[in-house]
Amino acid sequence: MTVFLFFLMGGLTLLGALGVVLARNPVHSALFLVMTLLSVAVLFLLQDAELVAAVQVIVYAGAIVVLFIFVIMLLGVDRSEALTETLRFQRPIAVALGALVLVEILLLAGHSWATGAETTSGVPITGGGDFGTNIQRVARVLFTEFLWPFQLTAVLLVIAVVGSVVLAKRSGQPVGDEIDAAPGPQGESVP
Amino acid sequence: MSIAPLAASLEITPSYYLVLAAALFSIGAVGVLVRRNVLVMFMSVELMLNAVNLTFVAFAKALNDTAGQVLVFFTLVVAAAEVAVGLAIIVAIFRRRRGATADDLTVLKG
Repeated sequence: MTVFLFFLMGGLTLLGALGVVLARNPVHSALFLVMTLLSVAVLFLLQDAELVAAVQVIVYAGAIVVLFIFVIMLLGVDRSEALTETLRFQRPIAVALGALVLVEILLLAGHSWATGAETTSGVPITGGGDFGTNIQRVARVLFTEFLWPFQLTAVLLVIAVVGSVVLAKRSGQPVGDEIDAAPGPQGESVP
Repeated sequence: MSIAPLAASLEITPSYYLVLAAALFSIGAVGVLVRRNVLVMFMSVELMLNAVNLTFVAFAKALNDTAGQVLVFFTLVVAAAEVAVGLAIIVAIFRRRRGATADDLTVLKG
């Protein structure tokens, strides 16, 4: 059952990833991205990562993809892109480089990626004492050993929210009239 | 043809997940390099981040340590922040230039 689920979900993951890259329409790419994210969530479940799987579905498939689709609909960029090559041979070289990355990971890193390193947190995933469920184990590690990085993520999120608000606001003009035909240098000064 | 005995004898080791994550990462990298639409390039970056998450969880399972699962949350926060700021940049560019492909962004070309 585990073997069947792994190959089914792994195949769906790669199929969705190829769909993201190959689909002409950005909306189709976003929907293929949802397929990949849900398949990866099932793969998380297969590896005893229940909380991570739930967060993957809620945050990634729920929030981030909705943000993508919202921007696609807002901008109306759901038309196929031009196939003219501004750089000659860019796409074959890109595919060759991607294959090279895969071979590098599999050959070079594959030699020693099961290193048998020591555990760091002292909280095992299964067993090992009275640590409770998966959520309790993750919370124990997150709020003890990783407390300082956890606080820093709050700072990062605040910076991201403020930055996106500043970027999305046109300086000195109301937000309503977005399309005017003056793409010249306006000197938009963001302090 | 019976694949049931084969499936019964096959065991999914962490290496299977790592190979899958490597393939996912490579597809995402090719997507960033090949596509011109900036939104699809961002989606390919999400694919690469998901491959990293899969690697973290696979190693957490292999080493039986919860820290790998905790690190996924930090990746997730970085991905969310990147998407918020990146989409705001795309919206700002689109207002100026009426297009959101990478070929339009040649202002800095020397």
